Amino acid sequence: MSAVAEYAPQTAPQPAPAPGVNYLNAEYGWKSWLFTRDHKRIALLYLVSITLMFFLGGAAVTIIRLHLLTPNQQPGEGLVTADTYNRLFSMHGIVMIFFFLVPAIPATLGNFFVPLMIGARDLAFPRINLLSWYVYVIGAVITLWAMLAYGVDTGWTFYTPYSSRASQTNVVPVIVGLFITGFSSILTGLNFVVTTHTMRAPGMTWLRLPLFIWTIYATSIIILLATPVLAMALALVAIERVWGVGIFDPALGGDPLLFQHLFWFYSHPAVYIMVLPAMGIVSELVTCFSRKNIYGYLFVAWASIGIAVLGFLVWAHHMFVAGQSMYSAYIFSILSYGVAVPSAIKVFNWTATLYRGSIAYQTPLLFALGFIALFTLGGMTGLMLAALGLNVHVHDTYFIIAHFHFIMVGGTVMAYMGGLHYWWPKMTGRLYPEGWAKLAALIVFVGFILTFLPQFVLGYLGMPRRYHAYPPEFQVLNVMSSAGASILAVGYVLPLTYLLWSLAYGKPAGPNPWHATGLEWQTPSPPPTENFAVTPVVTQGPYEYSLTDEAEIAG
Amino acid sequence: MRRKLPVDRAIPAHQFDDLEQQREAATFGAWVFLATEILIFGALFAGYSAYRAWYTHDFELASGKLNILIGGINTIVLLTSSLTMALGVHAAHVGRQRALVWLLASTAALGTLFMVFKAVEYYDDYRKQLVPGLAFDPAEWSEPGRVQLFLIFYYVMTGLHAVHLTIAIGIMVWMIVLARKGRFGPDYYNPVEVSGLYWHFVDVIWIFLLPLLYLIGTHSILDLHF
Amino acid sequence: MTARVIPPATYYTVFAALIGLTFLTVGISFVPLGEMHTAVGLTIASIKALLVILFFMHLLYGSKANWLAIGAGLFWLGILLALTLADYFTRHWWTY
Repeated sequence: MSAVAEYAPQTAPQPAPAPGVNYLNAEYGWKSWLFTRDHKRIALLYLVSITLMFFLGGAAVTIIRLHLLTPNQQPGEGLVTADTYNRLFSMHGIVMIFFFLVPAIPATLGNFFVPLMIGARDLAFPRINLLSWYVYVIGAVITLWAMLAYGVDTGWTFYTPYSSRASQTNVVPVIVGLFITGFSSILTGLNFVVTTHTMRAPGMTWLRLPLFIWTIYATSIIILLATPVLAMALALVAIERVWGVGIFDPALGGDPLLFQHLFWFYSHPAVYIMVLPAMGIVSELVTCFSRKNIYGYLFVAWASIGIAVLGFLVWAHHMFVAGQSMYSAYIFSILSYGVAVPSAIKVFNWTATLYRGSIAYQTPLLFALGFIALFTLGGMTGLMLAALGLNVHVHDTYFIIAHFHFIMVGGTVMAYMGGLHYWWPKMTGRLYPEGWAKLAALIVFVGFILTFLPQFVLGYLGMPRRYHAYPPEFQVLNVMSSAGASILAVGYVLPLTYLLWSLAYGKPAGPNPWHATGLEWQTPSPPPTENFAVTPVVTQGPYEYSLTDEAEIAG
Repeated sequence: MRRKLPVDRAIPAHQFDDLEQQREAATFGAWVFLATEILIFGALFAGYSAYRAWYTHDFELASGKLNILIGGINTIVLLTSSLTMALGVHAAHVGRQRALVWLLASTAALGTLFMVFKAVEYYDDYRKQLVPGLAFDPAEWSEPGRVQLFLIFYYVMTGLHAVHLTIAIGIMVWMIVLARKGRFGPDYYNPVEVSGLYWHFVDVIWIFLLPLLYLIGTHSILDLHF
Repeated sequence: MTARVIPPATYYTVFAALIGLTFLTVGISFVPLGEMHTAVGLTIASIKALLVILFFMHLLYGSKANWLAIGAGLFWLGILLALTLADYFTRHWWTY
């Protein structure tokens, strides 16, 4: 959209903020935070919320992994009962997916940096931005209350007819909470799409956008087009429960698979909602810390769109054993191989960017490298799962669990940590302690491998998922996995500690501690409320490190 | 921050460079939102289509029992409301304040009329034993289960449509309040335009619900009743 | 103001067409067409919808980006319908 190029650069500069005044100290008091329209403050509101949800979801899985230290084949053995176990893994899935992974990068780093990276003063709709946070909080409160008060035991997938007929747990309140939360997602996505189209700074053409913006844009498309379908799928389950009408009831001729089709139409693209922004962060990190332009900008940008589009064509690969038509299964299997291609393109291009770059092994890059390694491994197991024959063998086993945790934890969470560390100086004006951060990255990586690699073996050997008990011969691998989880937990608590510490005691960061390109680094740290004193005019691509370095050397 | 100035001195919100950018962003945002609405109804269309593919004959039989007279009249009502809405946006654009208020009020009134007729129709459906779980006689049908599936989707789809129409009427009322305060004019009428987009969208959904739900099979003139 | 003012006459013409098409679609349902009712009904509905979208909703007169939004919504709806129905139409092709 070339509309922005027609606007004259803002000729009257904003009144220059008083020195030392930034978005954090411009106003004080709880009202200035809870009624803010500043995208940066809203991003921090989200940051606090999703961090809380991350540790709640982590608490649920801590209990699970402790319980799974023993085979629990005798009744009464183990930390929790079977019913409680079902509620725990349901809570872990619901909290981690809907309240952490989906909003984590878009609503925190996206909200904070999209306007900065495109040279705008705020998002297109600041009040809608604030509304999205309130909707998120309301949805979270309702869902959490429902899960903690009595729980839900359907798994995060709510399959019918168990969820619609048989389950005696708090299904409807949880659905109401999730339905509401979905709107938070949609409002955020809407804001990003409109902002990207209409508010780019003069000279910021589409092909000069940072790749993080491309991935946020692609993510927003997915959010907008997939979330409504989930809303109705869940609503139909609620209707069936509340009014006793059999929408998915085979006795009426209904089809339980219809729910699965509608559910996975969202939930497969949802995994791309979760991983695309992470890929965007990785693009930012590999360019900055190898001081090189991205290899194949056009390919990486279009691969993001490709992932968004192709990601919608593969959903029934989650349903290969559910009973769909064989011919439908063939189609989805072939398409599932196809969706791996744009992801692979990105991995090749990141590798080519790093090759012969001037590598600085700072913490953000360590996390990015972790992402590339673990996402690639996890992705390859995804290709294995696309094969119908193999899928039948490992469906609903720990193989699947390992696969998606490699992508979500080894991938998304790692990239999120990388982005958090990379942009922390910009958001807070403080540097985190590099030594501790590197240690945390290492601990996370080791803990992750120990937690999830054994799960591939477990799954392949046949241990089913969502079972509170398992055959005794699987105990060694389970203990390894739980031990790894405890290490992983340390790796996550460390950043919480030193990042908070840095707020008070960290060294002041300048505007550009990484000497990175990108508009967000051309403004003070922390940025003033209006982001830029004068609207920037863009004259070059986003990763012209060679030009930047030449200019710096020339003095 | 938008200050509430008289109509011809509106200034853009701080994140926008000028009113034109603000207007384009708001309108584009409305269209993007409508795209999400396509998918929310689309989910129901998909479920409905799946069952219809399997149970075409039973869906035909059940559809034949719906009140096509009210359905048709309601379609005309909603189309007329779309006309008054479009004319209302036009009135705002050229600064005709009184016409604007009357047209917005007519739009809201026609929308309300639709809801009244819908309520009459739902009551008629209840009396004809077409409400699964409440008033339904399985003995009437050779495949009561499949008929129930049709009826459930009929109520959910028209119900979701009614929810959207209610929201749209609420938005209309809000616009009327603002219009009466003289907030809109040739310089600034975008909220009316955006409200219009939402209203028309609700109309478009009904345009598709009519053939999908009411017109599947062949009807008989003897069926017509209010 | 850069947006064009659309003359009310355009709206009245479109309205007349919409009413006419409504009478047509309801009227046709009294004619025994068998399998064709669906196709005919949806075709007429699509034309009506197009009239509302292009003229009442100003898609024809507005920014090109709006076409992208509605096009994406319709395209994705197509994906949802096509791939879901692919299962439902072929589910009973192969019996064990």
